[in-house]
Amino acid sequence: MSLGYLGSYAAVLALFVVGVAIVAGALFANRMLRPTRPTPDKLATYECGVDPVGEGWAQSQVRYYVFTYLYVIFAVDAVFLFPWATVFAAPGFGMTTLVEMFVFLGFIALGILYGWRKRVLTWA
Amino acid sequence: MAVVLDVAVRLAVIVAAFLVLPLIAGQAEHKVMAHMQARLGPMRAGGFHGWAQLIADGVKFAQKEEVVPAAADRRVFALAPAVALIPYLVVLVVVPVGPGLVGVDLDAGLFFVLAVMGIGVLGSIMAGWASGNKYSVLGGIRSAAQLVSYELPLVLAASSVAMAAGTLSLPGIVEAWRWWWLPWQAIGAVVFFTAGLAELRRPPFDMPIAESEIIMGPMTEYTGMRFALFMLAEYAGIIVLSALTTVLFLGGWHGPLLPGPVWTLLKVAALVFVVIWVRVSYPRLREDQLQRLAWVGLVPLALVQLALTGIVRVLAG
Repeated sequence: MSLGYLGSYAAVLALFVVGVAIVAGALFANRMLRPTRPTPDKLATYECGVDPVGEGWAQSQVRYYVFTYLYVIFAVDAVFLFPWATVFAAPGFGMTTLVEMFVFLGFIALGILYGWRKRVLTWA
Repeated sequence: MAVVLDVAVRLAVIVAAFLVLPLIAGQAEHKVMAHMQARLGPMRAGGFHGWAQLIADGVKFAQKEEVVPAAADRRVFALAPAVALIPYLVVLVVVPVGPGLVGVDLDAGLFFVLAVMGIGVLGSIMAGWASGNKYSVLGGIRSAAQLVSYELPLVLAASSVAMAAGTLSLPGIVEAWRWWWLPWQAIGAVVFFTAGLAELRRPPFDMPIAESEIIMGPMTEYTGMRFALFMLAEYAGIIVLSALTTVLFLGGWHGPLLPGPVWTLLKVAALVFVVIWVRVSYPRLREDQLQRLAWVGLVPLALVQLALTGIVRVLAG
């Protein structure tokens, strides 16, 4: 099987289109089969069964945002880990790349240590 | 033309597997949970072992009235189930079941898988926000927090396998796999599977849909077919996670006596059983325990696995 580079991604795209068609088909079949008799009571937000009080988009405290920063930084770093992973043991690299890896691991460990020292994980 | 036909057949098989395997997993969950926890409900419909339950559920979902709350953000609300479901179908295209038996062999396969899998969680964040329901918003935020925490150990554990195999192509990884990778990559396997469970929001990591405190989280306002699509997405996610763990850590089609694809399916089935078993056995983790497990437990373990993989690979040549 030789699809070529773009060809194989065209196959991925085709599968995505099939996925959209499956969802659309299911919803269309549902539309044909179901009754539609809306009433104001039905259209009220369900929440926990009692009539909702106030706005649906209530304010809430977002916790762990420091770890979100850490995640964004490390996830970007981790992206570069993949091309590196395929060549790091190639002849001529060996020790150099291994040392580089420990520098990378050290940075992540430092980040976690920082979050821990900042007491981000304790429920305040 | 022959190439196009070949790909069309492969995609057709993938779509069939995508539509059938999650249903089998869902049915298995009904029955296994019923046996493990002595639940009577799932064993009734149709007589023998409640075989008709799946059909009854399907009929109900297909003809149930759809209610979109007046307070909801209609467009996003309608789109969310599709965003949750379709990524799991697309991921299956690179998962090999036997030598040469794969949708397409992308050379960045592993990277593709991780990138596309992350999109699924967006569906539940969208649903949570668009529902216009306080509990759903909370559930959506919890989903987001969970994605952020567990994506890193997942990616690190997966890259450990890429280091060991020296390739990102999934068939290539299975090709390179040897039995001694089992002990060598054991930590990574546990981290990957656990983090994957958390990404799927499966118990014991189901804080985002914790029904005893926030009803059904992001799915509270959904009814009928859209709710069914969310359920399908959950079970498709279980299949995808089990298949990926099989391919990356358990050697995919490698195994004695039986043909390769049978081994792949057996390993996937065993992992699906473990997913159900874990649900039955463990209580739900509290939100702070959940975060702590990711950052203090899984990320350091994944780093240890990376160091171990690097040292063994370089020193052993």
